[in-house]
Amino acid sequence: MAILQVEGIQKQFGKTPVLRDISFELEQGQALAIIGSSGSGKTTLLRCLNFLERPDQGRITVGGQVLFDAGDPATQREGEVRKKRLHFGLVFQSFNLFPQYTALENVMLAGQLLAREREDFKQNKKRIYADIEARGLALLERMGLADRAGHYPHQLSGGQQQRVAIARALALQPDILCFDEPTSALDPELTGEVLKVIRALAEQKTTMIIVTHEMAFARDVADQVIFMDGGVIVEQGEARQVIEHPQEERTRQFLSRYSEN
Amino acid sequence: MFWTVTRTLLEGFGTSAEIFALTLVFALPLGLLVALGSMSKWAPLRGLARGDSPAWLRALAGLRPISAVVEVVVWVIRGTPLMLQLAVIFYVPGMVLGTNPWGSGTQGRITATVAAFVINYACYFSVIYRGGIQGVPQGQREAGQVLGMTRAQIFFRVTLLQMVKRVVPPMSNEIITLVKDTSLANTIGVVELIRAGSTFRTNGGLVWPFFYTAVFYLVFVGVLTILFNWLEKKLDYFKV
Ligand SMILES: Nc1ncnc2c1ncn2[C@@H]1O[C@H](COP(=O)(O)OP(=O)(O)OP(=O)(O)O)[C@@H](O)[C@H]1O
Ligand SMILES: [Mg+2]
Repeated sequence: MAILQVEGIQKQFGKTPVLRDISFELEQGQALAIIGSSGSGKTTLLRCLNFLERPDQGRITVGGQVLFDAGDPATQREGEVRKKRLHFGLVFQSFNLFPQYTALENVMLAGQLLAREREDFKQNKKRIYADIEARGLALLERMGLADRAGHYPHQLSGGQQQRVAIARALALQPDILCFDEPTSALDPELTGEVLKVIRALAEQKTTMIIVTHEMAFARDVADQVIFMDGGVIVEQGEARQVIEHPQEERTRQFLSRYSEN
Repeated sequence: MFWTVTRTLLEGFGTSAEIFALTLVFALPLGLLVALGSMSKWAPLRGLARGDSPAWLRALAGLRPISAVVEVVVWVIRGTPLMLQLAVIFYVPGMVLGTNPWGSGTQGRITATVAAFVINYACYFSVIYRGGIQGVPQGQREAGQVLGMTRAQIFFRVTLLQMVKRVVPPMSNEIITLVKDTSLANTIGVVELIRAGSTFRTNGGLVWPFFYTAVFYLVFVGVLTILFNWLEKKLDYFKV
């Protein structure tokens, strides 16, 4: 069964419908790329999955557990949202690292705070913190940032900051890691280093949803691609198929803007 | 003579310092309350209007009474001279009630001064606090939320220090202004530093005590400046 099922998500801001009936599934270990023009609702969809926006309609199921159902108030209790969020990770376009913490502290902070809720925290505090630190360092190493652990965000390049943000999201071992245009805020020469680590994550079968404007990257790294326009999914399918042989006219038009240059 | 002047000025300085310290002790927390009030989203009539309601009904539904009242108060306090507020607070209750609620004597005048200063400075501080709170990008809170942090954890571990860093420079300006504003107390007859220094002009015709008075202010402000510079340095290790 699919790890993630999204059924009939709708979202309006005021009177403007931004998502109209979004449904899709994602298999464990697969990477899904979401493409589409500006304003088509891609960010809003990721924000709904991460409980930063509340959908007006629809249902979100992860690993068979219904996390959100607009028709079932029991799934919307304020107090449980925080734990449910942990099924998802989100990497922001603008990194949003915490400026007063070093790279390593950024990666460790949430894990340390969550550890306090463990029953054995008091007895095993030292060991738990040591584990968290070891995992944080290992993650930074995977991101190619072993020598930057003690640096503050303002001492890092955009590409390095975004890789720290990826490590921070991975530290909580989410079921599904979401990226919202992870390279859009970066100079062209820095996008490569970020795409490289996302590619490596895909090769290690990390379940991911990647909103991106990098078509070649989507084609080569994603398993599935969804093309959104005006709040609906216009086309979805196997990545190479959708990007090289789109079936829908609107998809063709959108992609032609990328192939020209 | 020098020692007489020094003793008199020290007494005046003591009063000024008392007004300064008490104002800070009360205005710093009160300012935060005022800031939170001005940002209050409480809108009791929210349910009145739907998307298709007439404009006046939607305006009524959007009314946030706490925020509105607080903002008017802040506007009035920041829009009128502190000297006037001081006079109103000290004289008006007595004129209306027929008896002076501040009590006679020096201590009553100092209490009235502190009351006026606390109200005034809380309003100025509130604007600074508000800027600090709103200056932290929404993305910082969202990053915390997505990482499963509680609201309290996000406040204490993520946003608080960023606010402090944003607030320290404008706050230090305001606090240095407060040092000099304490001299306004002399308009309602408090013998603070300036009044103390002036006594040697009226009985003795001495010029130099004026400059000696200035030295007191300069030293006080100098010490505060060093303190704030140290604090800013402390927070220099990160950028917001
Ligand atoms: N909080 C909000 N309030 C009102 N409207 C919003 C809000 N957030 C997004 N919108 C609107 O919803 C629409 C979809 O926005 P969204 O950010 O999801 O698009 P996007 O596909 O991510 O675009 P981009 O490629 O530019 O990032 C836009 O028209 C936007 O103006
Ligand atoms: Mg977007």
